[in-house]
Amino acid sequence: MLDTIFFYLFALLVVGGGILTITRSSAVHSAICLIGSLVGVAGLYLLLHAEFLFAVQIVLYIGGIMVLFLFVIMLVNLDEAARERQFNGQWWLALACVVVVGLQIAWFMRKGAGAFKLAPAAAAAASAAKGNTEAIADALFSEYLLPFEIASVLLLVAVVGSVVMAKKRI
Amino acid sequence: MHPITTVHYLVLSVALLLIGTIGVLTRRNIVIVLMSIELILNAVNINLIAFSHHLQNINGQIFAIFVITDAVAEAAVGLGILIALFRNKETVLADQIDLLRW
Repeated sequence: MLDTIFFYLFALLVVGGGILTITRSSAVHSAICLIGSLVGVAGLYLLLHAEFLFAVQIVLYIGGIMVLFLFVIMLVNLDEAARERQFNGQWWLALACVVVVGLQIAWFMRKGAGAFKLAPAAAAAASAAKGNTEAIADALFSEYLLPFEIASVLLLVAVVGSVVMAKKRI
Repeated sequence: MHPITTVHYLVLSVALLLIGTIGVLTRRNIVIVLMSIELILNAVNINLIAFSHHLQNINGQIFAIFVITDAVAEAAVGLGILIALFRNKETVLADQIDLLRW
Protein backbone atom coordinates (compact mmCIF):
# COMPACT_ATOMS: atom_id res chain seq x y z
CA MET A 1 0.00 0.00 0.00
CA LEU A 2 2.72 2.44 1.01
CA ASP A 3 4.78 1.16 -1.93
CA THR A 4 1.98 2.06 -4.31
CA ILE A 5 1.64 5.58 -2.94
CA PHE A 6 5.38 6.18 -3.12
CA PHE A 7 5.56 4.76 -6.65
CA TYR A 8 2.93 7.16 -7.93
CA LEU A 9 4.55 10.06 -6.06
CA PHE A 10 7.95 9.38 -7.63
CA ALA A 11 6.41 8.70 -11.04
CA LEU A 12 4.67 12.07 -10.90
CA LEU A 13 7.98 13.70 -9.95
CA VAL A 14 9.81 11.96 -12.81
CA VAL A 15 7.28 12.67 -15.56
CA GLY A 16 6.39 16.18 -14.38
CA GLY A 17 10.05 17.13 -14.02
CA GLY A 18 10.78 15.71 -17.46
CA ILE A 19 7.97 17.62 -19.15
CA LEU A 20 8.96 20.86 -17.42
CA THR A 21 12.60 20.26 -18.44
CA ILE A 22 11.81 20.24 -22.14
CA THR A 23 9.28 23.08 -22.07
CA ARG A 24 10.87 25.82 -19.93
CA SER A 25 12.58 28.54 -21.92
CA SER A 26 15.20 29.40 -19.30
CA ALA A 27 18.02 26.85 -19.15
CA VAL A 28 18.46 27.30 -15.39
CA HIS A 29 14.79 26.47 -14.79
CA SER A 30 15.20 23.43 -17.05
CA ALA A 31 18.20 22.26 -15.03
CA ILE A 32 16.32 22.60 -11.74
CA CYS A 33 13.33 20.66 -13.11
CA LEU A 34 15.76 18.00 -14.35
CA ILE A 35 17.14 17.73 -10.81
CA GLY A 36 13.59 17.04 -9.60
CA SER A 37 13.19 14.34 -12.23
CA LEU A 38 16.49 12.72 -11.25
CA VAL A 39 15.48 12.71 -7.56
CA GLY A 40 12.32 10.87 -8.59
CA VAL A 41 14.38 8.28 -10.47
CA ALA A 42 16.56 7.83 -7.38
CA GLY A 43 13.43 7.18 -5.32
CA LEU A 44 12.35 4.53 -7.81
CA TYR A 45 15.73 2.81 -7.41
CA LEU A 46 15.10 2.71 -3.68
CA LEU A 47 11.68 1.14 -4.24
CA LEU A 48 13.35 -1.49 -6.45
CA HIS A 49 15.85 -2.39 -3.69
CA ALA A 50 18.84 -0.99 -5.60
CA GLU A 51 20.28 0.97 -2.69
CA PHE A 52 23.78 1.35 -4.12
CA LEU A 53 22.46 2.84 -7.35
CA PHE A 54 20.25 5.17 -5.30
CA ALA A 55 23.37 6.60 -3.66
CA VAL A 56 25.21 6.72 -7.00
CA GLN A 57 22.29 8.55 -8.61
CA ILE A 58 22.21 11.20 -5.90
CA VAL A 59 25.98 11.71 -5.63
CA LEU A 60 26.95 11.36 -9.30
CA TYR A 61 23.96 12.69 -11.22
CA ILE A 62 22.66 15.38 -8.95
CA GLY A 63 25.96 16.24 -7.29
CA GLY A 64 28.18 15.84 -10.34
CA ILE A 65 26.49 16.14 -13.71
CA MET A 66 23.93 18.74 -12.73
CA VAL A 67 26.54 20.97 -11.11
CA LEU A 68 28.54 20.64 -14.35
CA PHE A 69 25.46 21.69 -16.32
CA LEU A 70 24.85 24.69 -14.06
CA PHE A 71 28.49 25.74 -14.36
CA VAL A 72 28.29 25.64 -18.14
CA ILE A 73 24.98 27.52 -18.15
CA MET A 74 26.63 30.30 -16.17
CA LEU A 75 29.78 30.23 -18.31
CA VAL A 76 27.85 30.44 -21.57
CA ASN A 77 25.68 33.50 -21.95
CA LEU A 78 22.17 32.13 -22.42
CA ASP A 79 20.15 35.32 -21.91
CA GLU A 80 19.87 36.06 -25.62
CA ALA A 81 19.02 32.46 -26.44
CA ALA A 82 16.20 32.50 -23.87
CA ARG A 83 14.55 35.40 -25.68
CA GLU A 84 14.55 33.69 -29.08
CA ARG A 85 12.20 31.07 -30.45
CA GLN A 86 12.66 27.92 -28.38
CA PHE A 87 11.37 25.19 -30.65
CA ASN A 88 12.31 24.34 -34.22
CA GLY A 89 9.63 23.19 -36.62
CA GLN A 90 10.15 19.46 -36.16
CA TRP A 91 6.92 18.70 -34.34
CA TRP A 92 5.76 16.33 -37.07
CA LEU A 93 8.98 14.31 -36.76
CA ALA A 94 8.72 14.16 -32.97
CA LEU A 95 5.07 13.17 -33.22
CA ALA A 96 5.89 10.43 -35.72
CA CYS A 97 8.63 9.04 -33.44
CA VAL A 98 6.31 9.08 -30.43
CA VAL A 99 3.53 7.31 -32.31
CA VAL A 100 5.82 4.66 -33.78
CA VAL A 101 7.64 3.90 -30.53
CA GLY A 102 4.42 4.01 -28.51
CA LEU A 103 2.68 1.55 -30.83
CA GLN A 104 5.70 -0.73 -30.78
CA ILE A 105 5.87 -0.79 -26.98
CA ALA A 106 2.11 -1.27 -26.63
CA TRP A 107 2.25 -4.20 -29.02
CA PHE A 108 5.16 -5.81 -27.15
CA MET A 109 3.42 -5.39 -23.82
CA ARG A 110 0.25 -6.97 -25.18
CA LYS A 111 2.25 -9.89 -26.54
CA GLY A 112 4.36 -10.30 -23.41
CA ALA A 113 1.70 -9.58 -20.80
CA GLY A 114 1.80 -13.16 -19.59
CA ALA A 115 5.48 -12.95 -18.73
CA PHE A 116 4.97 -10.03 -16.35
CA LYS A 117 2.24 -11.69 -14.32
CA LEU A 118 4.75 -13.16 -11.88
CA ALA A 119 6.10 -9.76 -10.93
CA PRO A 120 5.09 -9.01 -7.37
CA ALA A 121 7.61 -6.22 -6.83
CA ALA A 122 7.68 -6.91 -3.10
CA ALA A 123 8.96 -10.51 -3.04
CA ALA A 124 12.55 -9.34 -3.18
CA ALA A 125 13.92 -9.25 0.34
CA ALA A 126 13.77 -13.02 0.73
CA SER A 127 16.59 -13.73 -1.72
CA ALA A 128 18.88 -10.98 -0.44
CA ALA A 129 21.27 -13.02 1.66
CA LYS A 130 24.02 -10.43 1.28
CA GLY A 131 23.68 -6.69 0.89
CA ASN A 132 23.10 -4.94 -2.39
CA THR A 133 26.47 -3.18 -2.43
CA GLU A 134 28.31 -6.40 -1.63
CA ALA A 135 26.53 -8.27 -4.42
CA ILE A 136 27.34 -5.51 -6.93
CA ALA A 137 31.00 -5.46 -5.87
CA ASP A 138 31.24 -9.24 -6.19
CA ALA A 139 29.90 -9.18 -9.74
CA LEU A 140 31.76 -6.03 -10.79
CA PHE A 141 35.20 -7.16 -9.66
CA SER A 142 35.01 -10.76 -10.84
CA GLU A 143 32.74 -11.29 -13.82
CA TYR A 144 32.80 -7.72 -15.13
CA LEU A 145 36.42 -6.82 -14.38
CA LEU A 146 37.40 -6.20 -18.02
CA PRO A 147 34.42 -3.90 -18.79
CA PHE A 148 35.21 -2.08 -15.54
CA GLU A 149 38.78 -1.39 -16.67
CA ILE A 150 37.57 -0.33 -20.13
CA ALA A 151 35.16 2.08 -18.45
CA SER A 152 38.08 3.63 -16.56
CA VAL A 153 39.94 4.12 -19.87
CA LEU A 154 36.77 5.72 -21.30
CA LEU A 155 36.65 8.16 -18.39
CA LEU A 156 40.32 9.02 -18.89
CA VAL A 157 39.64 9.74 -22.58
CA ALA A 158 36.66 11.90 -21.61
CA VAL A 159 38.74 13.90 -19.12
CA VAL A 160 41.51 14.54 -21.63
CA GLY A 161 38.99 15.33 -24.35
CA SER A 162 37.05 17.86 -22.32
CA VAL A 163 40.23 19.62 -21.20
CA VAL A 164 41.41 19.87 -24.81
CA MET A 165 37.97 21.14 -25.91
CA ALA A 166 37.86 23.84 -23.27
CA LYS A 167 41.36 25.14 -24.01
CA LYS A 168 41.66 28.55 -25.68
CA ARG A 169 44.03 27.52 -28.49
CA ILE A 170 43.69 23.99 -29.78
CA MET B 1 -5.47 -0.15 -5.87
CA HIS B 2 -3.44 -2.67 -7.81
CA PRO B 3 -0.01 -3.62 -6.47
CA ILE B 4 2.92 -2.21 -8.42
CA THR B 5 4.35 -4.65 -10.97
CA THR B 6 7.19 -4.49 -13.45
CA VAL B 7 4.78 -3.27 -16.13
CA HIS B 8 4.26 -0.03 -14.20
CA TYR B 9 7.98 0.65 -14.27
CA LEU B 10 8.16 -0.18 -17.98
CA VAL B 11 5.33 2.23 -18.82
CA LEU B 12 7.02 4.96 -16.76
CA SER B 13 10.32 4.36 -18.52
CA VAL B 14 8.66 4.51 -21.95
CA ALA B 15 7.04 7.81 -20.97
CA LEU B 16 10.40 9.23 -19.89
CA LEU B 17 12.07 7.96 -23.09
CA LEU B 18 9.43 9.64 -25.26
CA ILE B 19 9.70 12.92 -23.33
CA GLY B 20 13.45 12.86 -23.88
CA THR B 21 13.02 12.08 -27.58
CA ILE B 22 10.64 14.99 -28.04
CA GLY B 23 13.14 17.25 -26.27
CA VAL B 24 16.02 16.15 -28.49
CA LEU B 25 14.00 16.58 -31.67
CA THR B 26 12.28 19.89 -31.00
CA ARG B 27 14.45 22.10 -28.80
CA ARG B 28 16.89 24.58 -30.35
CA ASN B 29 19.06 25.18 -27.28
CA ILE B 30 21.94 22.69 -27.19
CA VAL B 31 22.14 22.68 -23.38
CA ILE B 32 18.54 21.49 -23.17
CA VAL B 33 19.17 18.89 -25.89
CA LEU B 34 21.97 17.49 -23.70
CA MET B 35 19.59 17.45 -20.71
CA SER B 36 17.06 15.52 -22.80
CA ILE B 37 19.75 12.94 -23.54
CA GLU B 38 20.21 12.56 -19.78
CA LEU B 39 16.46 11.92 -19.50
CA ILE B 40 16.70 9.17 -22.14
CA LEU B 41 19.62 7.51 -20.32
CA ASN B 42 17.63 7.60 -17.08
CA ALA B 43 14.73 5.87 -18.81
CA VAL B 44 17.14 3.11 -19.85
CA ASN B 45 18.36 2.80 -16.27
CA ILE B 46 14.83 2.47 -14.86
CA ASN B 47 14.21 -0.30 -17.38
CA LEU B 48 17.43 -2.15 -16.49
CA ILE B 49 16.82 -1.98 -12.76
CA ALA B 50 13.16 -2.95 -13.04
CA PHE B 51 14.20 -6.10 -14.89
CA SER B 52 17.05 -6.69 -12.44
CA HIS B 53 14.42 -6.72 -9.71
CA HIS B 54 11.97 -8.75 -11.76
CA LEU B 55 14.48 -11.52 -12.49
CA GLN B 56 16.31 -11.23 -9.14
CA ASN B 57 19.58 -10.90 -11.06
CA ILE B 58 22.30 -8.41 -10.17
CA ASN B 59 23.62 -8.00 -13.74
CA GLY B 60 21.04 -5.34 -14.58
CA GLN B 61 22.40 -3.08 -11.87
CA ILE B 62 25.95 -3.58 -13.17
CA PHE B 63 24.80 -2.49 -16.62
CA ALA B 64 23.12 0.54 -15.05
CA ILE B 65 26.47 1.51 -13.52
CA PHE B 66 28.08 1.35 -16.96
CA VAL B 67 25.27 3.44 -18.43
CA ILE B 68 25.86 6.07 -15.73
CA THR B 69 29.60 6.04 -16.56
CA ASP B 70 28.76 6.67 -20.21
CA ALA B 71 26.39 9.47 -19.25
CA VAL B 72 29.13 11.19 -17.26
CA ALA B 73 31.65 10.92 -20.11
CA GLU B 74 29.08 12.13 -22.63
CA ALA B 75 28.08 15.12 -20.49
CA ALA B 76 31.70 16.15 -19.90
CA VAL B 77 32.70 15.94 -23.57
CA GLY B 78 29.42 17.44 -24.79
CA LEU B 79 29.69 20.45 -22.53
CA GLY B 80 33.35 20.89 -23.52
CA ILE B 81 32.31 20.93 -27.18
CA LEU B 82 29.55 23.40 -26.31
CA ILE B 83 32.05 25.79 -24.70
CA ALA B 84 34.36 25.54 -27.72
CA LEU B 85 31.41 26.18 -30.04
CA PHE B 86 30.22 29.17 -28.07
CA ARG B 87 33.70 30.65 -28.17
CA ASN B 88 33.82 30.39 -31.98
CA LYS B 89 30.22 31.00 -33.06
CA GLU B 90 28.66 32.99 -30.16
CA THR B 91 25.48 30.94 -30.30
CA VAL B 92 23.97 27.93 -28.55
CA LEU B 93 21.07 27.41 -30.95
CA ALA B 94 21.44 24.15 -32.83
CA ASP B 95 20.06 25.36 -36.17
CA GLN B 96 22.44 28.32 -36.36
CA ILE B 97 25.48 26.07 -36.26
CA ASP B 98 25.57 25.15 -39.95
CA LEU B 99 29.25 25.22 -40.90
CA LEU B 100 28.93 21.89 -42.69
CA ARG B 101 25.77 22.80 -44.62
CA TRP B 102 26.32 22.76 -48.37
